[in-house]
Amino acid sequence: MNKVVAGPDEAVADVFENATLMLGGFGLSGIPENCISAILKKGTKGLTCISNNAGVDDFGIGLLLKTRQVKKMISSYVGENAEFERQLLSGELEVELIPQGTLAERVRAGGAGIPAFFTPAGVGTEVATGKEVREFEGKKYLLEHWLRADFAIVKAWRGDTAGNLIYKGTARNFNPMMAAAGKITIAEVEELVPLGALDPNQIHTPGIYVQRIFQGKNYEKRIEQRTVSK
Amino acid sequence: MLDKIGIAKRIAKEVKDGMYINLGIGIPTLVANYIPPQLSVVLQSENGLLGIGPFPKESEIDPDLINAGKQTITMMPGSALFNSAESFAMIRGGHVDLTILGAMEVSEQGDIANWKVPGKMVKGMGGAMDLVASAKHIIVAMQHCSKEGASKLLKKCTLPITGIKCVKRIVSDMAVLDVLPQGGFKLLERAPGVSVEQIKNATEGRLEIEGNIPEMQL
Repeated sequence: MNKVVAGPDEAVADVFENATLMLGGFGLSGIPENCISAILKKGTKGLTCISNNAGVDDFGIGLLLKTRQVKKMISSYVGENAEFERQLLSGELEVELIPQGTLAERVRAGGAGIPAFFTPAGVGTEVATGKEVREFEGKKYLLEHWLRADFAIVKAWRGDTAGNLIYKGTARNFNPMMAAAGKITIAEVEELVPLGALDPNQIHTPGIYVQRIFQGKNYEKRIEQRTVSK
Repeated sequence: MLDKIGIAKRIAKEVKDGMYINLGIGIPTLVANYIPPQLSVVLQSENGLLGIGPFPKESEIDPDLINAGKQTITMMPGSALFNSAESFAMIRGGHVDLTILGAMEVSEQGDIANWKVPGKMVKGMGGAMDLVASAKHIIVAMQHCSKEGASKLLKKCTLPITGIKCVKRIVSDMAVLDVLPQGGFKLLERAPGVSVEQIKNATEGRLEIEGNIPEMQL
Protein backbone atom coordinates (compact mmCIF):
# COMPACT_ATOMS: atom_id res chain seq x y z
CA MET A 1 0.00 0.00 0.00
CA ASN A 2 1.53 3.29 -1.06
CA LYS A 3 0.23 6.48 0.53
CA VAL A 4 3.06 8.72 -0.51
CA VAL A 5 2.20 12.11 -2.01
CA ALA A 6 4.71 14.45 -3.63
CA GLY A 7 4.67 17.12 -0.95
CA PRO A 8 2.60 19.43 1.24
CA ASP A 9 0.80 21.17 -1.67
CA GLU A 10 -0.58 17.89 -2.97
CA ALA A 11 -1.32 16.67 0.57
CA VAL A 12 -3.57 19.62 1.44
CA ALA A 13 -4.95 20.27 -2.09
CA ASP A 14 -8.52 19.30 -1.14
CA VAL A 15 -8.65 21.16 2.20
CA PHE A 16 -11.83 23.16 1.66
CA GLU A 17 -13.30 26.38 3.04
CA ASN A 18 -14.88 26.00 6.48
CA ALA A 19 -13.19 22.63 7.01
CA THR A 20 -12.36 21.39 10.49
CA LEU A 21 -8.66 20.62 10.94
CA MET A 22 -6.79 18.92 13.72
CA LEU A 23 -3.16 20.00 13.94
CA GLY A 24 -0.69 18.11 16.13
CA GLY A 25 1.85 19.76 18.40
CA PHE A 26 2.43 21.18 21.86
CA GLY A 27 3.66 24.74 21.65
CA LEU A 28 5.87 24.71 18.54
CA SER A 29 7.05 21.16 19.21
CA GLY A 30 5.78 18.52 16.81
CA ILE A 31 3.73 20.87 14.61
CA PRO A 32 3.19 20.08 10.90
CA GLU A 33 5.28 23.00 9.63
CA ASN A 34 5.17 22.07 5.94
CA CYS A 35 1.39 21.61 5.77
CA ILE A 36 0.77 24.86 7.67
CA SER A 37 2.90 26.67 5.05
CA ALA A 38 0.98 24.97 2.23
CA ILE A 39 -2.41 25.96 3.69
CA LEU A 40 -1.10 29.50 4.15
CA LYS A 41 -0.10 29.57 0.46
CA LYS A 42 -3.41 28.03 -0.63
CA GLY A 43 -5.30 30.72 1.32
CA THR A 44 -8.24 28.52 2.40
CA LYS A 45 -10.48 30.48 4.76
CA GLY A 46 -13.07 29.79 7.45
CA LEU A 47 -11.04 27.03 9.08
CA THR A 48 -11.83 25.56 12.47
CA CYS A 49 -8.52 24.48 13.99
CA ILE A 50 -8.34 21.98 16.82
CA SER A 51 -4.87 22.24 18.30
CA ASN A 52 -3.56 22.40 21.87
CA ASN A 53 -2.01 25.83 21.20
CA ALA A 54 -2.31 28.52 18.54
CA GLY A 55 1.35 28.99 17.66
CA VAL A 56 3.17 32.30 18.09
CA ASP A 57 2.71 35.51 16.11
CA ASP A 58 4.99 34.56 13.25
CA PHE A 59 5.08 30.76 13.34
CA GLY A 60 2.81 27.72 13.47
CA ILE A 61 -0.94 28.37 13.46
CA GLY A 62 -0.11 32.01 14.23
CA LEU A 63 0.67 32.37 10.51
CA LEU A 64 -2.89 31.31 9.57
CA LEU A 65 -4.35 33.65 12.19
CA LYS A 66 -2.47 36.58 10.71
CA THR A 67 -3.99 35.96 7.27
CA ARG A 68 -7.44 35.56 8.90
CA GLN A 69 -7.84 32.02 7.57
CA VAL A 70 -9.01 30.73 10.94
CA LYS A 71 -12.65 31.18 11.97
CA LYS A 72 -12.47 29.23 15.20
CA MET A 73 -9.77 27.83 17.49
CA ILE A 74 -10.37 24.90 19.83
CA SER A 75 -7.40 24.78 22.23
CA SER A 76 -6.36 24.45 25.86
CA TYR A 77 -3.80 27.25 26.06
CA VAL A 78 -3.24 30.17 23.71
CA GLY A 79 -1.08 32.50 25.75
CA GLU A 80 1.85 33.08 23.42
CA ASN A 81 0.18 34.98 20.62
CA ALA A 82 -0.59 38.74 20.50
CA GLU A 83 -2.47 38.60 17.17
CA PHE A 84 -4.66 35.88 18.64
CA GLU A 85 -5.43 38.10 21.63
CA ARG A 86 -6.33 41.02 19.37
CA GLN A 87 -8.70 38.94 17.23
CA LEU A 88 -10.28 37.34 20.29
CA LEU A 89 -10.94 40.65 22.04
CA SER A 90 -12.31 42.24 18.85
CA GLY A 91 -14.64 39.29 18.28
CA GLU A 92 -13.14 38.36 14.90
CA LEU A 93 -12.13 34.92 16.14
CA GLU A 94 -14.24 32.32 17.90
CA VAL A 95 -12.43 30.45 20.63
CA GLU A 96 -13.34 27.39 22.63
CA LEU A 97 -10.99 26.68 25.52
CA ILE A 98 -10.93 23.11 26.80
CA PRO A 99 -8.94 21.55 29.65
CA GLN A 100 -5.90 19.90 28.08
CA GLY A 101 -6.67 16.38 29.29
CA THR A 102 -10.28 16.71 28.15
CA LEU A 103 -9.08 17.90 24.75
CA ALA A 104 -6.70 14.94 24.43
CA GLU A 105 -9.39 12.48 25.50
CA ARG A 106 -12.08 14.01 23.25
CA VAL A 107 -9.74 13.57 20.29
CA ARG A 108 -8.82 10.06 21.41
CA ALA A 109 -12.52 9.21 21.79
CA GLY A 110 -13.17 10.54 18.28
CA GLY A 111 -10.61 8.20 16.79
CA ALA A 112 -11.70 5.29 18.95
CA GLY A 113 -15.44 5.49 18.21
CA ILE A 114 -16.48 6.54 21.73
CA PRO A 115 -19.09 9.33 21.34
CA ALA A 116 -18.86 10.62 24.91
CA PHE A 117 -17.29 9.99 28.31
CA PHE A 118 -17.27 11.37 31.85
CA THR A 119 -14.31 13.31 33.26
CA PRO A 120 -13.79 15.20 36.54
CA ALA A 121 -11.93 18.12 34.92
CA GLY A 122 -13.93 21.35 35.02
CA VAL A 123 -16.63 20.30 37.52
CA GLY A 124 -17.91 23.43 39.27
CA THR A 125 -16.21 25.77 36.76
CA GLU A 126 -17.50 27.65 33.73
CA VAL A 127 -16.34 24.71 31.59
CA ALA A 128 -19.29 22.76 33.07
CA THR A 129 -21.88 25.21 31.72
CA GLY A 130 -24.59 23.32 29.84
CA LYS A 131 -23.01 19.91 30.38
CA GLU A 132 -24.51 16.89 32.09
CA VAL A 133 -23.03 16.26 35.54
CA ARG A 134 -23.23 12.75 36.97
CA GLU A 135 -22.00 11.36 40.25
CA PHE A 136 -20.05 8.12 40.39
CA GLU A 137 -18.97 6.73 43.77
CA GLY A 138 -19.52 10.08 45.44
CA LYS A 139 -17.58 12.23 42.95
CA LYS A 140 -18.97 14.47 40.22
CA TYR A 141 -18.03 14.16 36.54
CA LEU A 142 -18.85 16.06 33.34
CA LEU A 143 -20.13 14.47 30.15
CA GLU A 144 -17.80 15.40 27.29
CA HIS A 145 -18.23 14.51 23.61
CA TRP A 146 -15.79 13.19 21.05
CA LEU A 147 -13.99 15.43 18.54
CA ARG A 148 -13.42 14.47 14.94
CA ALA A 149 -12.13 16.42 11.95
CA ASP A 150 -12.31 16.60 8.18
CA PHE A 151 -8.51 16.56 8.11
CA ALA A 152 -6.02 15.57 10.79
CA ILE A 153 -2.56 16.92 10.05
CA VAL A 154 0.26 15.39 12.05
CA LYS A 155 4.03 15.54 12.19
CA ALA A 156 6.21 12.51 12.94
CA TRP A 157 9.93 11.84 13.07
CA ARG A 158 10.00 8.80 10.80
CA GLY A 159 7.33 7.16 8.71
CA ASP A 160 7.08 4.49 6.02
CA THR A 161 5.18 4.41 2.74
CA ALA A 162 2.24 2.61 4.43
CA GLY A 163 1.83 5.47 6.90
CA ASN A 164 3.29 3.80 9.99
CA LEU A 165 4.70 6.55 12.22
CA ILE A 166 7.30 6.99 14.94
CA TYR A 167 7.54 10.23 16.90
CA LYS A 168 10.53 11.64 18.76
CA GLY A 169 10.75 13.05 22.28
CA THR A 170 7.91 15.26 23.49
CA ALA A 171 7.06 16.09 19.85
CA ARG A 172 4.65 13.14 20.06
CA ASN A 173 2.03 14.93 22.23
CA PHE A 174 -1.37 15.20 20.45
CA ASN A 175 -0.21 13.74 17.12
CA PRO A 176 -1.14 10.05 17.67
CA MET A 177 -4.72 10.74 18.84
CA MET A 178 -5.29 13.25 16.06
CA ALA A 179 -3.98 10.81 13.44
CA ALA A 180 -6.83 8.49 14.40
CA ALA A 181 -9.55 11.17 14.51
CA GLY A 182 -9.33 12.60 10.99
CA LYS A 183 -11.57 11.56 8.08
CA ILE A 184 -8.41 12.15 6.08
CA THR A 185 -5.12 12.05 7.96
CA ILE A 186 -2.05 13.67 6.47
CA ALA A 187 1.34 12.85 7.99
CA GLU A 188 4.48 14.82 7.29
CA VAL A 189 7.69 13.17 8.45
CA GLU A 190 11.31 14.16 8.75
CA GLU A 191 12.38 10.90 7.19
CA LEU A 192 10.30 8.74 4.87
CA VAL A 193 11.57 5.15 4.68
CA PRO A 194 10.63 2.08 2.62
CA LEU A 195 8.36 -0.70 3.94
CA GLY A 196 10.23 -2.89 6.36
CA ALA A 197 12.67 -0.23 7.49
CA LEU A 198 10.76 0.56 10.70
CA ASP A 199 10.74 -1.91 13.59
CA PRO A 200 7.07 -2.95 14.08
CA ASN A 201 7.73 -3.06 17.83
CA GLN A 202 8.40 0.67 17.85
CA ILE A 203 5.46 2.00 15.80
CA HIS A 204 3.44 4.67 17.63
CA THR A 205 0.77 5.29 14.97
CA PRO A 206 -0.19 2.25 12.86
CA GLY A 207 -0.58 3.11 9.17
CA ILE A 208 -4.30 2.27 9.12
CA TYR A 209 -5.01 5.78 10.41
CA VAL A 210 -2.95 7.59 7.78
CA GLN A 211 -4.15 8.32 4.21
CA ARG A 212 -1.30 10.53 2.95
CA ILE A 213 2.35 10.81 3.85
CA PHE A 214 5.31 12.81 2.59
CA GLN A 215 8.81 13.72 3.65
CA GLY A 216 8.86 17.34 4.78
CA LYS A 217 11.61 19.86 4.13
CA ASN A 218 13.44 22.63 5.93
CA TYR A 219 12.13 22.00 9.43
CA GLU A 220 12.76 25.06 11.56
CA LYS A 221 11.71 23.47 14.87
CA ARG A 222 11.63 26.80 16.61
CA ILE A 223 12.24 26.86 20.35
CA GLU A 224 9.95 29.06 22.44
CA GLN A 225 11.95 29.06 25.67
CA ARG A 226 15.61 28.29 25.11
CA THR A 227 16.82 27.40 28.61
CA VAL A 228 20.28 26.06 29.35
CA SER A 229 22.10 24.98 32.50
CA LYS A 230 25.37 26.67 33.37
CA MET B 1 8.47 37.28 53.94
CA LEU B 2 9.71 34.71 51.49
CA ASP B 3 10.77 35.44 47.93
CA LYS B 4 9.99 33.02 45.10
CA ILE B 5 13.08 30.95 45.86
CA GLY B 6 12.08 30.78 49.54
CA ILE B 7 8.61 29.47 48.64
CA ALA B 8 10.20 26.89 46.31
CA LYS B 9 12.64 25.80 49.04
CA ARG B 10 9.86 25.36 51.60
CA ILE B 11 7.72 23.35 49.16
CA ALA B 12 10.69 21.13 48.33
CA LYS B 13 10.55 19.94 51.96
CA GLU B 14 7.12 18.40 51.25
CA VAL B 15 8.63 16.04 48.69
CA LYS B 16 9.05 12.44 49.80
CA ASP B 17 11.13 9.59 48.44
CA GLY B 18 9.47 7.64 45.63
CA MET B 19 6.99 10.31 44.59
CA TYR B 20 5.81 10.99 41.04
CA ILE B 21 5.32 14.76 40.87
CA ASN B 22 3.80 17.26 38.44
CA LEU B 23 5.22 20.77 38.72
CA GLY B 24 3.31 23.72 37.30
CA ILE B 25 4.80 26.72 35.53
CA GLY B 26 6.52 29.48 37.55
CA ILE B 27 7.50 28.98 41.21
CA PRO B 28 6.56 25.25 41.09
CA THR B 29 9.17 24.68 38.35
CA LEU B 30 11.81 26.14 40.71
CA VAL B 31 10.99 23.50 43.34
CA ALA B 32 12.94 20.93 41.29
CA ASN B 33 16.17 22.79 42.12
CA TYR B 34 15.73 22.25 45.87
CA ILE B 35 14.60 18.63 46.12
CA PRO B 36 17.21 16.90 48.32
CA PRO B 37 19.48 14.82 46.04
CA GLN B 38 19.19 11.73 48.26
CA LEU B 39 15.47 11.48 47.39
CA SER B 40 14.49 9.46 44.35
CA VAL B 41 11.55 11.20 42.65
CA VAL B 42 10.21 11.32 39.09
CA LEU B 43 8.95 14.59 37.58
CA GLN B 44 6.05 14.37 35.14
CA SER B 45 5.66 16.79 32.24
CA GLU B 46 2.06 16.98 30.97
CA ASN B 47 3.23 17.13 27.34
CA GLY B 48 4.39 13.54 27.58
CA LEU B 49 7.41 12.76 29.74
CA LEU B 50 8.14 11.04 33.03
CA GLY B 51 11.67 11.87 34.13
CA ILE B 52 12.38 15.56 33.51
CA GLY B 53 16.10 16.24 33.86
CA PRO B 54 18.04 19.50 34.27
CA PHE B 55 18.10 22.16 31.56
CA PRO B 56 20.45 21.11 28.72
CA LYS B 57 23.90 22.44 28.00
CA GLU B 58 24.01 24.54 24.82
CA SER B 59 25.33 21.51 22.89
CA GLU B 60 22.53 19.23 24.18
CA ILE B 61 19.54 21.40 23.19
CA ASP B 62 16.86 19.36 21.41
CA PRO B 63 13.76 21.19 20.09
CA ASP B 64 11.87 17.89 20.34
CA LEU B 65 12.37 17.84 24.10
CA ILE B 66 10.51 20.51 26.05
CA ASN B 67 8.52 20.79 29.28
CA ALA B 68 4.99 22.13 29.77
CA GLY B 69 6.40 25.67 29.94
CA LYS B 70 7.95 25.10 26.49
CA GLN B 71 11.45 25.26 28.00
CA THR B 72 14.17 23.04 26.60
CA ILE B 73 14.97 20.17 28.99
CA THR B 74 16.84 16.87 29.25
CA MET B 75 15.66 13.42 30.30
CA MET B 76 16.82 11.49 33.36
CA PRO B 77 18.05 7.91 32.91
CA GLY B 78 14.97 5.67 32.98
CA SER B 79 12.62 8.23 31.47
CA ALA B 80 9.44 7.36 29.58
CA LEU B 81 7.79 9.28 26.72
CA PHE B 82 4.09 9.07 25.86
CA ASN B 83 1.26 10.94 24.15
CA SER B 84 -1.01 13.61 25.67
CA ALA B 85 -3.99 11.28 26.23
CA GLU B 86 -1.78 8.88 28.19
CA SER B 87 -0.26 11.80 30.10
CA PHE B 88 -3.67 12.89 31.34
CA ALA B 89 -4.77 9.31 31.89
CA MET B 90 -2.00 9.01 34.48
CA ILE B 91 -3.02 12.38 35.96
CA ARG B 92 -6.77 11.66 36.06
CA GLY B 93 -6.22 8.07 37.09
CA GLY B 94 -4.61 9.22 40.33
CA HIS B 95 -1.15 7.87 39.56
CA VAL B 96 0.64 11.17 40.17
CA ASP B 97 1.36 11.53 43.90
CA LEU B 98 1.82 15.27 44.18
CA THR B 99 0.81 18.28 42.12
CA ILE B 100 2.39 21.65 42.82
CA LEU B 101 0.90 24.66 41.10
CA GLY B 102 0.48 28.41 41.34
CA ALA B 103 -2.74 30.23 42.20
CA MET B 104 -4.20 33.71 41.95
CA GLU B 105 -6.79 32.93 44.66
CA VAL B 106 -7.69 30.07 47.00
CA SER B 107 -10.92 29.88 49.03
CA GLU B 108 -11.35 28.48 52.54
CA GLN B 109 -13.21 25.54 50.91
CA GLY B 110 -10.08 24.68 48.89
CA ASP B 111 -11.36 26.12 45.59
CA ILE B 112 -8.59 27.45 43.36
CA ALA B 113 -8.60 30.18 40.70
CA ASN B 114 -5.56 30.40 38.43
CA TRP B 115 -6.56 30.46 34.77
CA LYS B 116 -8.50 33.56 33.83
CA VAL B 117 -8.83 37.24 34.66
CA PRO B 118 -12.03 38.49 33.00
CA GLY B 119 -11.53 41.55 30.83
CA LYS B 120 -7.82 40.86 30.54
CA MET B 121 -6.07 38.27 28.41
CA VAL B 122 -7.61 34.84 28.59
CA LYS B 123 -4.79 32.40 28.04
CA GLY B 124 -6.62 29.19 28.76
CA MET B 125 -6.48 26.60 31.49
CA GLY B 126 -3.98 24.27 29.84
CA GLY B 127 -3.78 21.16 32.02
CA ALA B 128 -4.65 22.88 35.31
CA MET B 129 -8.31 21.81 35.48
CA ASP B 130 -7.44 18.17 34.85
CA LEU B 131 -4.67 18.29 37.45
CA VAL B 132 -6.69 19.88 40.25
CA ALA B 133 -9.71 17.64 39.62
CA SER B 134 -7.73 14.44 40.13
CA ALA B 135 -4.51 14.92 42.07
CA LYS B 136 -4.11 12.95 45.29
CA HIS B 137 -2.29 15.84 46.93
CA ILE B 138 -2.17 19.46 45.79
CA ILE B 139 0.20 22.08 47.17
CA VAL B 140 -0.29 25.65 46.01
CA ALA B 141 2.56 28.15 45.71
CA MET B 142 1.27 31.71 45.87
CA GLN B 143 1.59 35.26 47.12
CA HIS B 144 -0.54 35.77 50.23
CA CYS B 145 -1.73 39.22 49.05
CA SER B 146 -1.98 41.16 45.81
CA LYS B 147 0.38 44.05 45.07
CA GLU B 148 -2.35 46.34 46.42
CA GLY B 149 -2.39 44.38 49.68
CA ALA B 150 -5.69 42.54 49.17
CA SER B 151 -5.84 39.00 50.55
CA LYS B 152 -5.76 36.12 48.07
CA LEU B 153 -6.80 33.58 50.72
CA LEU B 154 -10.50 34.24 50.60
CA LYS B 155 -13.87 33.10 51.89
CA LYS B 156 -14.89 32.67 48.25
CA CYS B 157 -12.87 33.09 45.05
CA THR B 158 -13.75 36.20 43.04
CA LEU B 159 -12.05 35.03 39.82
CA PRO B 160 -13.35 32.18 37.62
CA ILE B 161 -12.31 28.99 39.39
CA THR B 162 -10.15 26.18 38.09
CA GLY B 163 -11.43 23.51 40.47
CA ILE B 164 -13.51 23.06 43.61
CA LYS B 165 -12.49 21.71 47.03
CA CYS B 166 -9.12 20.47 45.84
CA VAL B 167 -6.31 22.44 47.51
CA LYS B 168 -4.83 20.66 50.54
CA ARG B 169 -1.86 22.83 51.46
CA ILE B 170 -0.68 26.36 50.68
CA VAL B 171 2.84 27.73 50.88
CA SER B 172 2.69 31.51 50.54
CA ASP B 173 5.32 34.19 51.02
CA MET B 174 3.95 34.56 54.59
CA ALA B 175 2.90 31.14 55.83
CA VAL B 176 2.24 27.44 55.45
CA LEU B 177 -1.44 26.60 55.83
CA ASP B 178 -3.68 23.58 55.38
CA VAL B 179 -7.22 23.77 54.04
CA LEU B 180 -9.41 21.98 56.59
CA PRO B 181 -11.88 19.34 55.35
CA GLN B 182 -14.74 21.31 56.96
CA GLY B 183 -13.45 24.59 55.46
CA GLY B 184 -11.05 27.23 56.76
CA PHE B 185 -7.29 27.69 56.75
CA LYS B 186 -5.21 26.14 59.53
CA LEU B 187 -2.02 28.06 60.15
CA LEU B 188 0.95 25.69 60.44
CA GLU B 189 4.08 27.83 60.05
CA ARG B 190 5.11 31.46 59.75
CA ALA B 191 7.68 32.75 57.24
CA PRO B 192 10.83 34.15 58.87
CA GLY B 193 10.11 37.56 60.38
CA VAL B 194 6.33 37.37 59.86
CA SER B 195 4.03 37.51 62.90
CA VAL B 196 0.77 35.64 63.46
CA GLU B 197 -0.92 39.03 63.62
CA GLN B 198 0.35 39.95 60.12
CA ILE B 199 -0.93 36.63 58.74
CA LYS B 200 -4.32 37.21 60.40
CA ASN B 201 -4.58 40.62 58.75
CA ALA B 202 -3.58 39.21 55.37
CA THR B 203 -6.08 36.32 55.39
CA GLU B 204 -9.71 37.07 54.52
CA GLY B 205 -10.93 33.47 54.87
CA ARG B 206 -11.48 31.84 58.26
CA LEU B 207 -8.11 31.26 59.92
CA GLU B 208 -7.59 28.65 62.62
CA ILE B 209 -4.66 29.24 64.94
CA GLU B 210 -3.84 26.64 67.54
CA GLY B 211 -1.08 27.11 70.10
CA ASN B 212 2.33 28.44 69.26
CA ILE B 213 2.98 28.78 65.49
CA PRO B 214 6.57 27.89 64.65
CA GLU B 215 8.74 29.72 62.15
CA MET B 216 9.54 27.85 58.91
CA GLN B 217 12.84 26.00 58.70
CA LEU B 218 14.32 26.42 55.23
